[in-house]
Amino acid sequence: MTRKGRRGVFIFSGLGLFSLAAALALTALSDSIIYFYSPTDLIAKKISEAQRVRVGGLVKKNSKFVESDGITTRFIITDLENEVTVKYKGVLPDLFREGQGVVTEGQFDQIGIFIADKVLAKHDENYMPREVADSLRKSGVWKGPNLK
Amino acid sequence: MFHFLANPVRFNRAADLFIPWAQWLCGITLLIGFYFALYLSPPDYQQGETVRIMYIHVPCAWMALFLYFSMASLSAIGLIWHHPLAHLSAQAAAPIGACFTILCLATGSLWGKPMWGTWWVWDARLTSVLVLLLLYLGVIVLFKAFDDPTRGEKSAAILAIFGVINLPIIKFSVDWWNTLHQPASVIKVGGPAIHSSMMTPLFLVAAGLTLFSVCMIVLRIRTLLIARQIRSLLIQNPNLN
Repeated sequence: MTRKGRRGVFIFSGLGLFSLAAALALTALSDSIIYFYSPTDLIAKKISEAQRVRVGGLVKKNSKFVESDGITTRFIITDLENEVTVKYKGVLPDLFREGQGVVTEGQFDQIGIFIADKVLAKHDENYMPREVADSLRKSGVWKGPNLK
Repeated sequence: MFHFLANPVRFNRAADLFIPWAQWLCGITLLIGFYFALYLSPPDYQQGETVRIMYIHVPCAWMALFLYFSMASLSAIGLIWHHPLAHLSAQAAAPIGACFTILCLATGSLWGKPMWGTWWVWDARLTSVLVLLLLYLGVIVLFKAFDDPTRGEKSAAILAIFGVINLPIIKFSVDWWNTLHQPASVIKVGGPAIHSSMMTPLFLVAAGLTLFSVCMIVLRIRTLLIARQIRSLLIQNPNLN
């Protein structure tokens, strides 16, 4: 083999081994890398009361309810398989919508309700003009969040 | 063509032919792109006019990734084939890629505050792009870290090549892990999730920024060649300093 061929093999096999090592490391550390758990993940993880976690998913349609004090909002996060009831005291982000993604951070209380101290809106990857969204909704194929 | 351009005199002559029209084309493309982005394209059904920051954020992200890949490829070519301009081109590309990464992070942060409700989160996408910036900075520093520029070139090349693994991590971070950043809208299974009226300015600005990067890299290679010549003159005639 030529010298440059040897150098090439060296570099690419080194890169290949490094990629393997990185893949193993990332798989092992995935709990630290994910930004939030889905409701289904939470059941598997058996989160205790004192643990701070982040829960993410879709806001269940017609689940948003503002309590009598005017600032506390209750809503349900769903991943279409399991649900978590969330209570949040504060101003919700602008893009908070039913049917839209959301990520909350907080702790579970004794009765299994998630008391959130931070709510972030997560929007999906769809971008389109208002007219296209309206016509999709009229024709019944709209699968996205509620259009406000 | 690469062998043809290895001669610095020929490279400079080719650069003199290329730059004038390329810079005009770049300017026109960016102007048309921003006209589409800021005026002709529609507001998003959900984000309204705020979506227009996407037309800077996304092309900058594309450039950051593309320039890193180019820099790593040039470094590999330099290490394997010892092409005289390979390491120099990688060195020329590095700060430009770093600037695009900074722009991507900054515009993303400005966009995230109104849309998500936060300037920054340590999710996989944002963190891996920050790592990309650190890789760029590491490569830039390594090129200058040694008295002998050849040692600097070799170390920088190795960092650049091993850092390539960050590129698929950045791209697929939104698919492999739960992130706040949304999944891909353009290059994804099932076709683009973005309307054509919004994709046009994206591609126009990306094309303009690509031309801009190529022009800047060619200019920087020219400058680095002059610096190399000055260095060898000073080595031969130390009393000139």
